[in-house]
Amino acid sequence: MAEAGTLRPGLKGLLTARRGRGGKRHWTDWFAYLYLLLGVVLMFGPVVWLTLSSFKTPAGLVEFPPTMLPLGQIAVEVEGHDKPLPLYRVTMEDGTTRELAQIRRIGIISQMVDPAAPGETLKVPIAQREPVREFRMAWENYRDPLERFDFVKYFWNSVIVTAVATIITLLINSMAAYALSIYEFRGRNAIMLLVIGTLMIPITVILVPVYLVVTQLNMVNTLWAVILPGAATPTGVFLLRQYMLTIPRDLIDAARMDKASEWSIYWRVVMPLAMPAIAVLAIFSVMWRWNEFLWPLIVLNRSEVYTLQVGLNAFQGELDVQWHYILAMTVVTLIPVVLVFAFLQRFITTGIANAGMK
Amino acid sequence: MTDIVLEDIRKSYGPVEVIHGIDLDVASGEFVVFVGPSGCGKSTLLRIIAGLEEVTSGTVRIGGEVVNDMRAADRGLAMVFQSYALYPHMTVYKNMAFGLENSKLPRAEIDRKVRDAAEMLQITPYLDRRPKALSGGQRQRVAIGRAIVRDPQAFLFDEPLSNLDAELRVAMRKELALLHTRIGGTMIYVTHDQTEAMTLADKIVVLQGGRVEQVGAPLDLYNRPQNVFVAGFIGSPRMNLVETVAASSGDGLSLTRAGTALAIPAVGGIAPGDAVTFGIRPEHIHLTDGEPDILATVTVAEQLGGETYIYCEAEGLPQITLHQPGQVLVSAGDPLKLAVDRTNLHLFGADGRAIANGLAA
Repeated sequence: MAEAGTLRPGLKGLLTARRGRGGKRHWTDWFAYLYLLLGVVLMFGPVVWLTLSSFKTPAGLVEFPPTMLPLGQIAVEVEGHDKPLPLYRVTMEDGTTRELAQIRRIGIISQMVDPAAPGETLKVPIAQREPVREFRMAWENYRDPLERFDFVKYFWNSVIVTAVATIITLLINSMAAYALSIYEFRGRNAIMLLVIGTLMIPITVILVPVYLVVTQLNMVNTLWAVILPGAATPTGVFLLRQYMLTIPRDLIDAARMDKASEWSIYWRVVMPLAMPAIAVLAIFSVMWRWNEFLWPLIVLNRSEVYTLQVGLNAFQGELDVQWHYILAMTVVTLIPVVLVFAFLQRFITTGIANAGMK
Repeated sequence: MTDIVLEDIRKSYGPVEVIHGIDLDVASGEFVVFVGPSGCGKSTLLRIIAGLEEVTSGTVRIGGEVVNDMRAADRGLAMVFQSYALYPHMTVYKNMAFGLENSKLPRAEIDRKVRDAAEMLQITPYLDRRPKALSGGQRQRVAIGRAIVRDPQAFLFDEPLSNLDAELRVAMRKELALLHTRIGGTMIYVTHDQTEAMTLADKIVVLQGGRVEQVGAPLDLYNRPQNVFVAGFIGSPRMNLVETVAASSGDGLSLTRAGTALAIPAVGGIAPGDAVTFGIRPEHIHLTDGEPDILATVTVAEQLGGETYIYCEAEGLPQITLHQPGQVLVSAGDPLKLAVDRTNLHLFGADGRAIANGLAA
């Protein structure tokens, strides 16, 4: 694989790449893989844990010691009993183990029956039995919130908020960035400083005034209340402007000589060239909007307009936290962000602006 | 066909004036080259004509019309940039069509024009490629093609060949000259390379420090430089320039410096005691067996086969360069007896202005 590494390595080549020659491993190989493994466990471990746990029953979640996989107790049909009976592995007094179904439990004694011989009832101390379990996913963690609690609606609200807000953010931030990077006018840097300066104002400070504005505009309990206030982000303007500053000036001049209008320079020359920066901002914006909690919680008070994050909050009561639902719906909220990342991440590293020069 | 007239053009960036009043006529169909050292304002002047920079004062006329307040897009000019400035995200075809699309031409006509221009520049096979996938010379052609398709009133070139390697530069230079004879438009070409200027231009404009030093046909500039700067700038290797003091000698004059004295006939405008710079091109210094003007020692001899460059030093004088046809077999340390051709001797006064370009024999 070391030889193949000089060409374009496939995934396999990438995962087995090493410095050592001729099949031997250099000590840096060991070190690198150990370090990477640690990174994978640290980064990916919680996500895996979350996903596995989201399929556990409420009882499975609070079990100690915890199990890695979601497990469920096997139940068997026994003649003479209407309902399936839970199956246990029992250590008998003579030291042998048998698989018995429990009929009922009385104190520390459980009445059990052998599914093979339903006639005979056995009395076993509960310390002597241990449930027989199999890998079983609690799909109801997903089904219930999506059906009963209208999570599909919340999901679409979140999608709408995220998509519309991201489009608006990209559009107006790139326009501001275009003006602040391509045009040279008096006070350009002062305006940029002002924009950056707003980064220093924490959202909690402007929460009340913005709420008042939103109320005056009759936008409370509409999705616009979530979309509009955060559409112009100083971070986005800064990010795009810095990138646009690196676009060669000659290209803009060439477009001017080519009779391009300012709009067409913006739309057909600068925007495609700023694509890497726009993709980065798009990812940021999607993550911000998708994960936003405090502001939607304030302006969205009716459950028809809840976003996912606000909806999740509903499972967290004062006395009772429904962890199985929270975990399951958290997985659902993760999916779109992961998808967006998967599709846009290649843009982040591609710099295409300088390809046509020199 | 368009003539371009500049009248008293000035340009300042804040308190710094970089162009100090330039007057210039560019006749229709003429190939004019702006040449000068870097920072002389030649690119700025070109960008002013293009409309990419505004003038601080003065008038720019294109085809008789004052265009000071006209946007670059409306001036009907095309420009080729030093960096080519091809749009990296568009194919060659799109690059060339972009300007025409902005002019709202019908699709069929755009297609015809782009293909004609591509045919002329031999870039048809590359029309679907991105600029990234082209070599330097091909990008250069695309940049020129992008200018040609628009049938501009005039072409502006901003050091278009400086990113190419030496061999390609010579080839493209020839093609540009051919292009000019073929399409015959007005062309303004900026370069710092005096060879490009000499070979391409109908008219050369030598600029320095935001001022025009001299305007004229290439050989005029070469044979009759109006001042020390032009004398030194035009011609390669550069003219030998020696600062001397005039002294009277018999019925003529003698230009003296250290142990060297160059006898010349009397010249109006030079009195004994004046500071005079004499200039002599490398090919106008000869080796002599008779009475030498200068005694020098060879420091470096460059044998090119067909011609020989000899760099030598003489006591108290700056380095002297000789250009001799054929193969002159000398080597470092050899003494040389040099004779200066008086008919090609240039004399400049203390202010740098030419007093004489060639003396009577």
